[in-house]
Amino acid sequence: MIEVSELGFRFGVFGVAGISFQVHRGAYAALMGRTGCGKTTILEILCGLRRPARGRIVLMGRDVTDLKPAERGIGYVPQDRALFSTMTVRDHLAFALVVRKWDRKAIEWRVGELAELLGIGQLLDRKPHGLSGGESQRVALGRALASHPGILLLDEPLSALDDQTREEMYGLLKSVQRQTGVTTLHVTHNRFEVENLADQILHLENGQIDSARFGRGGCSGGPHESDNPILGPGTASGAHGRGDD
Amino acid sequence: MGEPNIPRAMQKPRQVGSDAPFVVGLGIIGSAYVLLIVAMIVADAAFTTPGHLLAALDSPQIRYAIKLSLISSSMTAVLSVWFAVPLGYLMSRSRFFGQGLTIESSAGSGMTTAWWLKGVFLRTLKHLLDAILDIPIVLPPLVMGLSLLILFRTPVGQAIEGVFPVTYAVPSVILAQFSVACAFAVRTMRVTFDQINPRSEQVALTLGCTRSQAFWMVALPEARRGILTAGTLAWARALGEFGPIVVFSGATRMRTEVLPTTVWLELSVGSIEAAVAVSLLMVMAAVLVLIVVRAAGADAGMPGVVQ
Repeated sequence: MIEVSELGFRFGVFGVAGISFQVHRGAYAALMGRTGCGKTTILEILCGLRRPARGRIVLMGRDVTDLKPAERGIGYVPQDRALFSTMTVRDHLAFALVVRKWDRKAIEWRVGELAELLGIGQLLDRKPHGLSGGESQRVALGRALASHPGILLLDEPLSALDDQTREEMYGLLKSVQRQTGVTTLHVTHNRFEVENLADQILHLENGQIDSARFGRGGCSGGPHESDNPILGPGTASGAHGRGDD
Repeated sequence: MGEPNIPRAMQKPRQVGSDAPFVVGLGIIGSAYVLLIVAMIVADAAFTTPGHLLAALDSPQIRYAIKLSLISSSMTAVLSVWFAVPLGYLMSRSRFFGQGLTIESSAGSGMTTAWWLKGVFLRTLKHLLDAILDIPIVLPPLVMGLSLLILFRTPVGQAIEGVFPVTYAVPSVILAQFSVACAFAVRTMRVTFDQINPRSEQVALTLGCTRSQAFWMVALPEARRGILTAGTLAWARALGEFGPIVVFSGATRMRTEVLPTTVWLELSVGSIEAAVAVSLLMVMAAVLVLIVVRAAGADAGMPGVVQ
């Protein structure tokens, strides 16, 4: 799970004074807000790529506030995907495992498993140049998931995709989460993505987080209705979502 | 408020003239410079004869100069890349590394002041470094050589000379070439790393890499073309270096004579034929290296992390 308490930061013109929120183990949360309100910065702070001025971050029960990005047990998919231009798709899926010095057999097996999960088996020997938007997104997702992180952080993963690919990605993201049980935080400003995927909405506005939680729709095995009360001010008032399914 | 009265003529569908004059204009201006370069080379080639070239190649002094030029330029290129890659990376990722200098502070105005101070400090440091790295590029090469000579007159320089003779010896040739060429390589590497998305390295960090691993596994492979360009540039720069070498190394035949020195020595004794022949040799060497490097760069595949 993700627990953020009293997070404060200021980068350039925007900042927040003290926000807190929780995402429960196995939940799919959407972090919404206007462009430029600091959503990406929050993800970068969760990743450890930026240091906040104050606040604590607890991931999967471990305080990671002072840990390096490498030690946090996260999978991160940035908005531009940032694939490694010199590597093949296979190298991408194996990257985190090579760094962790897994043995060759185990890496091969895991790469195969990921390729099947994401439907990119036929792309393994290709390089990122020439992959379509949807394919790149799958590779970035596979790269992030390879080492079984407890947390998956997605920065506008569907923003550059055409409608049909986006539909496919909804299904893929749902099935990935069902099969891996990874706690997901998905940054977006798109209401439809939220309605299709999320069981919790975090609304970032004026440096405050409003949080609302829903019963689970497409995914099973997620959080329970009896979870802690909604955190942050304003309860569900700032959230836009669907009713319980 | 009424609509302004738009004249009839302005309401006609817009028609534009041909683009040809513009393109032809560009072509004429551009080709003037290209022609100048080609004309110079052709004039050189026309001035010399195979006999002159063979005579130049036959002279032991010139053969020594060719050898020293090729060896010293190659060593300079390797050295320049060796220094330019870390420097270029450091400069390009200064904000990234600045993160490590975060000043712990409480929220509120204290936090903003600390951030501001850190920003000012980093920016000043970067501008200073930038200015220092520009010195070899803007300084007259002759002055670079003179400065090296003076440097080796200082007590520290003298101490080095005592153990390892530099001035007026072969190492001075390489040092003179390196002191100028490296600045160009640093420029190239910095632009190269600026053009590589730092996001990739950040993702590598989240995937379990240390900064060093992210550099070796992600940034460096993506920079390989830039490295090749920086090396070539340094090599070409070193091959043509003359001023600093004459001042710092002297122009002793069979000792510190490189090809530009040969051209100058031959000219000074009125032997224009030999000077032109040697010049053409340098042109050919430079073209050859450019072709080889371009060809190598085109298919310089990087082995993957798993194979």
